Amino acid sequence: MSAKSKGLSSVGKKLINGLTGLGLVFFVIVHLGGNLTLFSSNPDLFNSYAKKLHDLGFLLYAAEIGLLAVFIFHIVSAISVYMSKRKARAYGYHMKGNAGGASRKSISSVSMIYTGIILMAFIIWHVISLKFGPGIDQGYTTVLKGETARDLHKLVYEYFANPFNVSVYVIVMVLLGFHLRHGFWSAFQSLGANHPKYTPVINTTGYILAIVLAAGFLLIPIWIFINTGGGV
Amino acid sequence: MPENNLNLTLHVWRQNGQGSKGKMVEYKADDISTDMSFLEMLDVVNESLIKDGEDPIAFDSDCREGICGTCGMVIDGVAHGPERATTVCQLHMRHFNNGDKIYIEPFRAKGFPVIKDLVVDRTSFDNIIKAGGYISANTGSAPDANEILIPKDVADRAMDSAACIGCGACVAACPNASASLFTSAKISHLAVLPQGKPESQSRVVSMVQQMDSEGFGSCSNHGECEAVCPKEISISNIARMRREYFKALVGK
Ligand code: HEM
Ligand code: FES
Repeated sequence: MSAKSKGLSSVGKKLINGLTGLGLVFFVIVHLGGNLTLFSSNPDLFNSYAKKLHDLGFLLYAAEIGLLAVFIFHIVSAISVYMSKRKARAYGYHMKGNAGGASRKSISSVSMIYTGIILMAFIIWHVISLKFGPGIDQGYTTVLKGETARDLHKLVYEYFANPFNVSVYVIVMVLLGFHLRHGFWSAFQSLGANHPKYTPVINTTGYILAIVLAAGFLLIPIWIFINTGGGV
Repeated sequence: MPENNLNLTLHVWRQNGQGSKGKMVEYKADDISTDMSFLEMLDVVNESLIKDGEDPIAFDSDCREGICGTCGMVIDGVAHGPERATTVCQLHMRHFNNGDKIYIEPFRAKGFPVIKDLVVDRTSFDNIIKAGGYISANTGSAPDANEILIPKDVADRAMDSAACIGCGACVAACPNASASLFTSAKISHLAVLPQGKPESQSRVVSMVQQMDSEGFGSCSNHGECEAVCPKEISISNIARMRREYFKALVGK
């Protein structure tokens, strides 16, 4: 059998989905870490963090392309799991029930495809508005150690003075929390890691991680909104 | 009627044959003893249907001892009904209350087409076994006891996986109609033992491929299968199937 037909099996899909899911979790953690500098009253902290990334030049491009690929593999494998499920039970139950007990079925687990698609739409909007948003040419400039740089801090602060933007971010970050509540432990299971002692630990870690990441990300817009005087 | 006998309303899936259109039909089940099993309750309903010249409700059963895996239906949305680690034949009516409305449906999956009413065709499971759920090495005459030493915990693990009776409840309960728990149990009970190891890679690849081609969905780790499994087969078997699959993929 060719490697290709093996890789696209139902199990192969889950290996890809789990691996890319964990990759995305890693990215999200690093992303939050950098963004925590937005809580500082010194704009240079965030701006110089952004500049350091930019100064990586080629390396940053490579990382960005890698990240895009991880997203695409994650989304394609996820949608393909979803499509197989649609086909596998064409006629559903009149009465739906949950077995409870050992089951891990939850709002989080059954809504992965919906939270995922919302995350995808959000990420596109997020990247367009901020990464590809106004820069030096539009007057968002600052000086860091004598060098001109993009004033991303100003852009982000203006962005989150808008109550609509803040609301969307808060809602989507809660959904990210739900995605990770099931996603984190599930990724380990997908990669074949299940152990009577460690799986409960991974499960709890996923719970905590989901809350910490969602809270961290949603507090940034709220914090900025309050500090910019609420839209004025 | 004895005081604690039950009067129930059943909503049962009736379907004449494969491909024909079915529907939920309401029946009264009166004066049901709490000592009856769920299948005995259906037997009683069927007797009165036959008396009335109606077509009895078709359902599968064989041992009625919870060991053969023939019985199985979805009761109030849960495969094998509300009791854990229990097949429908071992489910007793004392777990229901007088006046209950009970929904009874067949296992639903593309891989399990309905033959009639609550009877589904589970040939797909046989096909998955045929794809590699055995050991083909010529073993000669029976080996002497203790010739192949197997640690107790390994033997226990193999036995836990081998407890699968192939009833199909895992598929019925899975929101994705995935057969991963069944297939992984059948892969695992061989993969952990020395006799099963030589063929472990080709086995996992062809059994997974067969599972997919039978039209079962991919697994999203909802774990609903383990919860309904009458033999409490753990989803750690699914993790093992993925490890075995990964090993086969990288060709180790
Ligand atoms: C920040 C972004 C994201 C992160 C951190 C993330 C993380 C994860 C993780 C860890 C898993 C578990 C993998 C597994 O079950 O093996 C997962 C599963 C899933 N993800 Fe994402 N994901 C993200 C974005 C998306 C997007 C954009 C989609 C769009 C469709 C998506 C759809 C899904 C679906 C449907 C599953 C479940 C797959 C299944 O049912 O087996 N995710 N995600
Ligand atoms: S009839 Fe054999 S397990 Fe129920």
